[in-house]
Amino acid sequence: MKILLVDDEFELVSTLAERLSLRGIDADWATSGESALAKLQDTTYDLAVLDIKMPKISGLKLRKKIQKIQPEMRYIFMTGHGSAEDFYSASSEEGPDSYLVKPVNIDDLIAKITAILAP
Amino acid sequence: MFLLNVFKPAFLHSRETDSGPFTGLFNFKKLWRSRIIILLCVALGPLISLAIFTFVVTKHDAEREIHLRTIRLASNTKRTISFFFEERKAALDFILRSNSFEQINDHRQLANILQSLQETIGGFTDLGIIDATGKQIQYVGPYDLQDVNYSSEKWFEEVAVRNHYISDVYLGFREVPHIIIAVKHMFPNGFSYVLRATLETQRFNRILSNINLSGSEDAFLVNKEGIIQTPSRSHENIMAKITLPVPEYSEHTEVMEVTGSHLKKIVIGYAHIPDTSFIFMLTEKKEALMRPWRTTQSIIIFFIILSILSTLIVVYLVATHLVNQIFLADLERVQTLHEVEQSSKLASIGRLAAGVAHEINNPLAIINEKAGLVKDIFSFKEEYKHDAKILGLIESILASVDRCGKITKRLLGFARNLDATIQQVDISAVIEDVLGFLVKEAEYRSILINLDIEENLPQFETDRGKLQQILLNLVNNAFAAMQDNGRLDIRIRRVEHDFIAISVKDDGSGIPEADLKRIFEPFFSTKTKNGGTGLGLFITYGLIQELNGTLQVVSTFGKGSEFTITLPLTRISKQR
Repeated sequence: MKILLVDDEFELVSTLAERLSLRGIDADWATSGESALAKLQDTTYDLAVLDIKMPKISGLKLRKKIQKIQPEMRYIFMTGHGSAEDFYSASSEEGPDSYLVKPVNIDDLIAKITAILAP
Repeated sequence: MFLLNVFKPAFLHSRETDSGPFTGLFNFKKLWRSRIIILLCVALGPLISLAIFTFVVTKHDAEREIHLRTIRLASNTKRTISFFFEERKAALDFILRSNSFEQINDHRQLANILQSLQETIGGFTDLGIIDATGKQIQYVGPYDLQDVNYSSEKWFEEVAVRNHYISDVYLGFREVPHIIIAVKHMFPNGFSYVLRATLETQRFNRILSNINLSGSEDAFLVNKEGIIQTPSRSHENIMAKITLPVPEYSEHTEVMEVTGSHLKKIVIGYAHIPDTSFIFMLTEKKEALMRPWRTTQSIIIFFIILSILSTLIVVYLVATHLVNQIFLADLERVQTLHEVEQSSKLASIGRLAAGVAHEINNPLAIINEKAGLVKDIFSFKEEYKHDAKILGLIESILASVDRCGKITKRLLGFARNLDATIQQVDISAVIEDVLGFLVKEAEYRSILINLDIEENLPQFETDRGKLQQILLNLVNNAFAAMQDNGRLDIRIRRVEHDFIAISVKDDGSGIPEADLKRIFEPFFSTKTKNGGTGLGLFITYGLIQELNGTLQVVSTFGKGSEFTITLPLTRISKQR
């Protein structure tokens, strides 16, 4: 299981990746859409955890771009803004279970990852 | 009752509000009053003007008719009386011209003449011949008047000048009213004598009594001094002075109005009888003469009053109905404006809350992850794994972050639900969200909130945002009515299988019975001085209706109130 975390908050995304790694989940991270796409060029991931609100490329836009490169990829969306628009956009793409509001509880995140990637 | 309700001014109890420009009601009482006044002026103005005009004109005409009738009657009577005297004077003149002095001075001849006069014209009592010295040289009649000298009498002087004389009525020795007519005859040689006749007044009186008089009319003769000469209905005795003013001399028949006893007006028609001192007077109370006009006027006034009353009723009903319609339309306008304003306020609050929550969420997430990592490191390393103090401190940080996270999530949830439409809701979660906002106030005021929710309540489809707002308004209202240390009971039950009943019961001040009927009216508030708009329950009620629910209130003044909302568990589509 290999996971890519994308959030413009370096402190958040790096720490979250480290915590997941401590729990045995191979987590990589990026702080922008561009760097995430660069990583995807030479690495294959099973799941991407994307922040919806990011400068330049939003999480939802990034999902569309990733789909072209790795169509099998699954997604979890994070947001610090619980607007109805975000909720509906994320839900309509991946279902209501793919949506997490920050601050994220690590156990909730792992539970979601496990549920989504379960065979 | 139905008509009363239809046309009852619904706006009379509406209160002016200072909710800002265009969001208050118009002043309908003023509008209603001005519409009624304008309509009344337009409808009644011409009617009343016409009535006054008709009254004045017909009164003037009636008075003129009375005067003309009086003049006509007085004039006719004057001619009859004049003819009476002319006839007798002419008879005496004829006697003088058709008899020589010797013949007429003969006692027997004069007696024959008297007899002839009594048998033809009638009414003659006696005849006398008076020479130029005033001595009655010949007399025939019942009295002993032979040789009586009249030279000093005033009438004798007058007859000498004017050649004839008709006296006033006088009683004489016998206390019997009579009149003297004297005619002078002058010969070319300057010799003259006077033929004098005494007339009874019965025939004369008969002329007046033959006039067709109505009930209160009176006709009589007076002399220039105002002494009554003939019997009168209104004066007991002849030869008495009349109480009415004596008319000034006029050649023609005239009419005048005087104020008699008891300030009642009297119409007097009068005519001076030529060659006599008599004045014929015809009197009648004006009130009696005007009676037919008054009767007609009474009927007209009755119909005018009837018209005015019916106009008043119609104007009132029409104005009230019209202004009622405008009032209802205006009420709807204001309600819509307030609802829009309220929604807009809530939306702004929602956006603000969401903004704040978002800004806090990111640093909070970092704290969460960093603390989480510290905890992970400590947990995974053997040397720290059993350091309960450090782990406890980290747990405390994480618990606080979690608490902050719940708050921001709740804020975000509220903001999100403001925009949301129909969705499946769990009533317990909604109540929890709502109370989350009020729990601090309850703590500060030591208000005990007792939550009693039936187990296994199903989720149901409704508008979560509206339901939150309804509950928030009701709990807020309850808090406002309660003293510190009060108790609030929230009870949720499934009723009649398809409904859910949510009751919010407080032990606050309660609502007086008189106010209970009006609490859902817009702008009805007992807290206006404390910033209450009187719209809270009105909007709540509207929202409940939008959710196809009902609201019941039970309240005892001084003991508390219980508001119970009943909502359908299955959504019924309803167009508002």
